[in-house]
Amino acid sequence: MKPFDYVRAGSAQDAVRAGAEGRFLGGGTNLVDLMKLEIEKPDRLVDVSRLASDEIEDGVEGLRVGAGVSNSALAGHPLVRERYPLLSTALLSGATQQLRNKATVGGNFLQRTRCQYFYDVFRACNKRVPGSGCDALDGINRFHAILGASERCIAVHPSDMAVAMAALDATVETLKPDGSTRSIPARSLHRLPGDTPQFDHVLETGELITHVVLPASPPKRQFYRKVRDRSSYAFAVVSIAVAFDLEGGRIANVSIALGGVAHKPWRADRAESVLEGGSPSAELFAMAAEAELARAVGQGHNDFKIDLSKRLIVAALRDLSEGKREIAA
Amino acid sequence: MPSISLTVNGEPVSAEADVRTSLLDLLRETLGMTGTKKGCDHGQCGACTVIVNGTRINSCLSLAVGHEGDTVTTVEGLAEGNGLSPLQKAFVTQDAFQCGYCTPGQLCSATALLNEIARGEPSVVTDERVRLSEEEIRERMSGNLCRCGAYNNIVDAILSVAGEPA
Repeated sequence: MKPFDYVRAGSAQDAVRAGAEGRFLGGGTNLVDLMKLEIEKPDRLVDVSRLASDEIEDGVEGLRVGAGVSNSALAGHPLVRERYPLLSTALLSGATQQLRNKATVGGNFLQRTRCQYFYDVFRACNKRVPGSGCDALDGINRFHAILGASERCIAVHPSDMAVAMAALDATVETLKPDGSTRSIPARSLHRLPGDTPQFDHVLETGELITHVVLPASPPKRQFYRKVRDRSSYAFAVVSIAVAFDLEGGRIANVSIALGGVAHKPWRADRAESVLEGGSPSAELFAMAAEAELARAVGQGHNDFKIDLSKRLIVAALRDLSEGKREIAA
Repeated sequence: MPSISLTVNGEPVSAEADVRTSLLDLLRETLGMTGTKKGCDHGQCGACTVIVNGTRINSCLSLAVGHEGDTVTTVEGLAEGNGLSPLQKAFVTQDAFQCGYCTPGQLCSATALLNEIARGEPSVVTDERVRLSEEEIRERMSGNLCRCGAYNNIVDAILSVAGEPA
């Protein structure tokens, strides 16, 4: 590990003033690991884990969650269990209890890909070393992207939580070094790789996530399902977050997000367009799945993810429309 | 080098350590408490599990400098006086280890698990009410690998302490 300056921030304002040349340290479960491997080599670590950012407040705008709240605390919060069960399930589907206890909400959003070519410093990776190439293209790419990839990068974002946040239309609040703040829809926080896969997200240098706000009235029917190679402690092959209401027998306020398929949590806009206002039926669900995956491109080993994603969409919609997963009003 | 003060197994300790030192290396190398084990050093195996401020974490992925003022419990702190804790006794009677290298992490993890269950904290396999079961234990212990494969007996040991049929 390269030496670095360690600074413990006393406030979010202090953190962004000190943070421009370094990295913010939340739980560190990903960053410290990447520093050991010298994939991340910050000159300075600004520890934001002790800011007063671990509050969860309910208000008219919704549930406002501090960026420093641990993944396990958020997953177990009574209001999250009751009102946003798909988020609780997504959080508890990720990692292990030890990691969830340490990992923060802000850090979960900003964790890096687990592409093995990103982690292997002896292989080409445009995300790790821009311009060096991508060994995943002709390599073992079973876990890689089927949607929105580029010739420069086919890595996927590994988070379960971020998929849930995208489906719930959560909003990410940030503080910039100049003291200004902004709100970013969670679904727009991450980006597609294009020609610059070294950038995972749209945050500027030194911009700090301070809160995440969950809408006050999410859809009543919610579901998160993660398909993985082991029943616990494994990243998603494909995951899905679905939420909608049934109003007079018709689908309303539908949102679908997929994980493990793209460089960012993938909001399935095309499937949503097919579904919104429709009556639940196997035919409608299949049409929605086909519409969303029409653009999908396999890389060889991961071709199976295309059919798997379609089947997940259909199965999740079927279970939810049959009321198997309705939450208390 | 920064000076770090924390409480380990009830005793206040202070040490100087390079800013890059993990909590695991602080315990083992600086403080000489080698009960906590280093397995993968990347948060994947759980051998380094300790309990910090009441919750279990991987000490290998946590910088020591970030633990100023924290309260840490390691496997050396689980015993009650000169007697083993009920969970430690159960690991012996249920034959819940072979080589024993992962056992300190298993014990810290399982001790914290029982507290999480008592506090009603859910896991992904929890339906409505949190209740100790084999399924719950296997899910909640997935961060602790045992290369000898003593999992069945580890589950039995944890169940027996909770008063469930083993």
